[in-house]
Amino acid sequence: MATAPATIPIYPTEKAGHSGFEYFSTRKDELVGWARKFSLFPYPFVTACCAMEFMAVSSTPYDTDRFGAALPRFSPRQSDLLMVVGTVTHKQAPILLKVYEQMCEPKWVMAFGACATSGGFYQNYAAVAGIDKIIPVDIYVPGCPPRPETVIDAIMKLQARIAGDHHPILTDKF
Amino acid sequence: MNVPLPVPLPPALEVAAAEVLATARALKAQGCFDLLIDVTAVDWPQRTPRFDVVYHFYSTATFARVRVKTRVTESDPTVDSLVPLYGSALFMERECHEMYGITFRGHPDLRPILLYEGFEGHPLRKDYPIGREQPLVKFIK
Repeated sequence: MATAPATIPIYPTEKAGHSGFEYFSTRKDELVGWARKFSLFPYPFVTACCAMEFMAVSSTPYDTDRFGAALPRFSPRQSDLLMVVGTVTHKQAPILLKVYEQMCEPKWVMAFGACATSGGFYQNYAAVAGIDKIIPVDIYVPGCPPRPETVIDAIMKLQARIAGDHHPILTDKF
Repeated sequence: MNVPLPVPLPPALEVAAAEVLATARALKAQGCFDLLIDVTAVDWPQRTPRFDVVYHFYSTATFARVRVKTRVTESDPTVDSLVPLYGSALFMERECHEMYGITFRGHPDLRPILLYEGFEGHPLRKDYPIGREQPLVKFIK
């Protein structure tokens, strides 16, 4: 696959007297990916202390709104990005699975922090050793808790992936 | 039926399992220990009897604390519930019951409080395997 260009190519008209552009050409996947990557509505599934870091990265100094990913929808049906922030226990695993299944396609999952990624230092009867045992995970954020820069890096990597992805709308092919 | 309390009161009392309720009643009546702040257990796998049940009391009048310890066997890990005296025993005895398998005689409702229905075994006992998980959701990998 060819590498996706960073921006959508826009071809302004060459005609004199026309200041703006009248048409542009692009690929469907690029256009849809561009729209989707800047409107990641997160659903914060917040269970533990990583929530403090989630608040830090959402609020003004770091501001994930710059990436279109700072409007938390507290209904899984309205969100695109499931951010699992904190430890998930076996007792809570059915809830996480239900939330994931309620989300509409397209959906992505971020494992935020060491506990969601691998269980962290909880290797015992209570904790799930990584949420990828229950639901598919698109991007892992290491750290206990992660630095805000790490989270922003993860969002940007996810955006790059969405931009270069295939986005079927009508059929599997298109 | 009040048991005599030692004077002065030591920081920790060791009593027989049958005397726990009477000791707590005496502490509440004579010593003004109006707050039960902890019920827990200790597992000594090599020792007979195997378990300690530990209670912590606090007095909001004199700011004193006292610990009451008792020993129960593995075959009959039963002590009297303190629910008739202290409402806070309701949740703490439920937790102790599921984590250590101690039975509190007279407790009205010993359902699991932190664990879930269907969980086998008592995870804070030393012989519970450290890697044993009992998932509720089927793992995808």
